[in-house]
Amino acid sequence: MSAATPKGVLLTPLFKNNPIALQILGICSALAVTSSMSVSLVMALAVIAVTAFSNLFVSLIRNHIPSAIRIIVQMTIIASLVIVVDQVLKAYAYEMSKQLSVFVGLIITNCIVMGRAEGFAMQNGPALSFLDGIGNGLGYGLILMVVSFFRELLGSGSVFGFSVLAPVQDGGWYVPNGLMLLPPSAFFVIGLIIWVLRSVNPEQVEENQFQMKENSQPKEAV
Amino acid sequence: MLDHYLSLFIASVFVENMALAFFLGMCTFLAVSKKVSSAIGLGIAVVVVLAITVPVNNLILTYLLDEGALSWTGVAGAENIDLSFLGYLSYIGVIAAIVQILEMFLDKYVPALYNALGVFLPLITVNCAILGATLFMVERNYTFGESMVYGAGAGIGWALAITALAGIREKLKYSDVPAGLQGLGITFITVGLMSLGFMSFSGIQL
Repeated sequence: MSAATPKGVLLTPLFKNNPIALQILGICSALAVTSSMSVSLVMALAVIAVTAFSNLFVSLIRNHIPSAIRIIVQMTIIASLVIVVDQVLKAYAYEMSKQLSVFVGLIITNCIVMGRAEGFAMQNGPALSFLDGIGNGLGYGLILMVVSFFRELLGSGSVFGFSVLAPVQDGGWYVPNGLMLLPPSAFFVIGLIIWVLRSVNPEQVEENQFQMKENSQPKEAV
Repeated sequence: MLDHYLSLFIASVFVENMALAFFLGMCTFLAVSKKVSSAIGLGIAVVVVLAITVPVNNLILTYLLDEGALSWTGVAGAENIDLSFLGYLSYIGVIAAIVQILEMFLDKYVPALYNALGVFLPLITVNCAILGATLFMVERNYTFGESMVYGAGAGIGWALAITALAGIREKLKYSDVPAGLQGLGITFITVGLMSLGFMSFSGIQL
């Protein structure tokens, strides 16, 4: 990306070049936490913090890292930041950290964090890298919030835990769709989001490897 | 005792499938599932690495990091040391080191296997399924024996899922998919349907 203006760096990852929807990065840890919106908000904030600061620190020492061991150096920085995030969550939001269980730890292997450290922070200054980290974290968080919005709304009829569609068991009319709380629905929702994004931006559509030949005319077949 | 291990094994392969129930290792799962042959290669590599790293990390946890784990050293006050906050850093270091060692070992002694797995081994360090299995092991307090079974089971489950997906995608590329769903989109939907299929194992209890 040549557009290294602060605004461009911050905003491109949100829609035009979203890390999840287009580069299929970092879905590993993303989907399991999306059955409830508040949990995914915390997850998104954690990822934004880790991406931004790992970019900042990697960029600060980028001229001193021998290139043979750069992956290990980046990994150490990222793992240390994740430990900080984990300890903060355990100290101030213990219930939340129990719900996120292993997925906070999995931020370490989240491809977005590693990819941005390697792909952007190694070549750019600290300020820009920090913004790039925030931008990519936000792009990740955006998809996470959209997925969890649909899953929580349709799965339990609520948004952020507030009941929007009154569910049947509380005397309302909405029969919650239990499938939306199960793992498969996250795949469906992401697939549909990709469909929408690519219909809006047709240039992102992947090339079909095997173009079908048009069907032969019915009269020829007879 | 044996049936406990057997039930843990079945659960980790089918019921708690790493890829389809916990979304772990998704990046490589989607990227390397275009051909069955490479999917099998990566699957085997994941099984091997998981079967080694989970028990090793279990030893690291029991003898180095856990609260009071250092008491075997006999140093005064060692039983009060709790290093478990260093967990993430140590686990990822152990995984990276084991992958590196495995790569050198295979290169030297089993060159045929090394050539088959070559490209995939370095990829595995950043595969969430590897770290994920270790973290689940820590969270569920598995013993050493259990973590051996769990590591192998989780790896086999992941390999099974990626091979099945690759088989479907090989057929899928000949089908007529709406433009926007082409490639990634339809793959997600396929994985969703597979995940739905694997959910039917969830009642199994040995």
